Amino acid sequence: MAVKSKTPATEPKIVSNGNGSAKATEPRIAVWKTYKIYIGGAFPRTESGRYYPITLSNGNVVNVCLSSRKDFRNAMTVAREAAHKWASKSALIRGQILYRMAEMLETRGAQFREELQWMGMTEAQARTEVEQAVDRLIYYAGWADKYQQVFSSVNPVASSHFNFSALEPTGVVAVVAPEESPLLGLVSVIAPVLAGGNSCVVLASESRALSAVTLAEVLSTSDLPGGVVNMLTGNLKELLPHIGGHMDLNAFYLHTSDAAHIKTAGELAALNVKRLITESQTNWSSPDAQSPYRILDFCETKTTWHPIGI
Amino acid sequence: MSAGFAFVPWNEGLVKPHLFVLLTFNPRIMAHTSTLYHPSISPPVDQIGVEERCARFQTRSIKNETKTEMLKLALSMIDLTTLEGKDSEGKVKQLCYKAMHPHDILPGIPQVAAVCVYPTLVRTARKALKGSNVKVAAVATAFPSGLAPLKVKLDDTRFAVEEGADEIDMVISRGKFLQGEYNFVFDEIAAVKEACGKAHLKVILETGELSTLDNVRRASDLAIYAGADFIKTSTGKIQPAATMPVTLVMLQAIRDYYYETGIMIGMKPAGGIANSKLALHYLVMVKETLGAEWLNPDWFRFGASKLANDILMQLVKQQTGVYQSLNYFSND
Repeated sequence: MAVKSKTPATEPKIVSNGNGSAKATEPRIAVWKTYKIYIGGAFPRTESGRYYPITLSNGNVVNVCLSSRKDFRNAMTVAREAAHKWASKSALIRGQILYRMAEMLETRGAQFREELQWMGMTEAQARTEVEQAVDRLIYYAGWADKYQQVFSSVNPVASSHFNFSALEPTGVVAVVAPEESPLLGLVSVIAPVLAGGNSCVVLASESRALSAVTLAEVLSTSDLPGGVVNMLTGNLKELLPHIGGHMDLNAFYLHTSDAAHIKTAGELAALNVKRLITESQTNWSSPDAQSPYRILDFCETKTTWHPIGI
Repeated sequence: MSAGFAFVPWNEGLVKPHLFVLLTFNPRIMAHTSTLYHPSISPPVDQIGVEERCARFQTRSIKNETKTEMLKLALSMIDLTTLEGKDSEGKVKQLCYKAMHPHDILPGIPQVAAVCVYPTLVRTARKALKGSNVKVAAVATAFPSGLAPLKVKLDDTRFAVEEGADEIDMVISRGKFLQGEYNFVFDEIAAVKEACGKAHLKVILETGELSTLDNVRRASDLAIYAGADFIKTSTGKIQPAATMPVTLVMLQAIRDYYYETGIMIGMKPAGGIANSKLALHYLVMVKETLGAEWLNPDWFRFGASKLANDILMQLVKQQTGVYQSLNYFSND
């Protein structure tokens, strides 16, 4: 993104001087990024070949992948494979990788600010959004190797057993990211899922999808194993039945205020009794937008009864 | 084939009249005379052409109803396989049950074609499959390397047949083949064929070790002329196992032999076909290369262990509309 936000894309105007080379005085043709999806550590286009346009404040129109149910299915397959890999890493390493993501996001700050402004934010809003997103990753990086101690317990029981409860990742989580906050909101919903040792398939904000794709580029350079986060862009209404019904999905983190969507998701989630967590948070700067309890939402508690005194 | 015959220089002291005989009469009748195969009868393979053709097979639009039927067909063609050192009677029994009852909740789905095991487990499989139409296939001839004296290989084969194997999957001596000792390999296959008696013989070429498609074509022709009822790509122990280009070359060998003699030979790609979509591509390839006559378990098989569950998941998906999880299918 070498082009300033106020510069409109230039039409190719190469004038031949007769010997095959273009005139040196012509303006350079801007090279715009193709916003692709992120599956298994690679950036494919949607298998459906469909796109939808997003009009930016600088007058440009970008075509973003309109992901299909098959893209979701493919992402689910790789997320399932990656779930074991990610869960078997030590909590410390998971925290360090989250920290690395924060570092990468910080160094790409200018690019994110520019994209956020193209999507309608003021410069000040964009700056705050990026800074808080970095801080949020740091917050969960810190919690990654601490929440287990806080939430695990040794339980008093009446029989001669040593009884304790420990946390384990839920598995594969589908995340439908908040529509309004394209970076901070997105980071705020992915980070606790990752800190808990889960892999995820994310459906980004439909109308503000750019920073989700760019965040995927950050993830791919942060030592995060491919497939742990998969980023799709597309339409919630179209994908909801396929996400909600997927029998291999362990949890569904749905951000919407649409009661019909929540009802559909709840009915479908019952098929394999996947966890369904719905939220309609809009203010991601508020104090309750980050909390270790958000990690707990994507953990299972395993309680062990260990015989003693026999 | 005659074109290849015309262009190859002959300076190895080989007996030309034999080849003339080979090309003129049904070679299977001549199976026990020597010098029955020379690579010149195998046409060279255009690798780029084969790869492009394979890419085309993957672009067919398959509608839902057809897809369901193809999935069922693919399921009925599976040789459910377990070929591990740690195989036990229990594991084989479980596999046999799976072969007869792939997924009972789903009505109207077929049994698989066969269960494929090591010779010592044939008796267990035979017993477990009693009363069903599922065949027992045994890998023999010092599977998977094939590095044993002929006598051992024949004993191995006879043992498997006596134990009740309906089908024998033999391996060729790849080392000898690559050294150009075609007659050695030819005679070995012919001898094993004889040892098989009534059992069907599948000849495993282990294409992952043959390096080139030209070699695959030669090995296919050689195996067919030596008496194979089926030709099979791989043991599953070597990567790459079955690929579409390799399978296409083998199908072409079968087709050419059919045009020449009117005799049908079966085909079994094995190893590496783990998902339904790929299996459907293979079926398209068989249909478009050999025709619909080959589209049944008598003439085409998949050697696979994971494919069955993937097909079942797709069938359930077709029925229920929701994507499935392996958690709800038997693990074997």
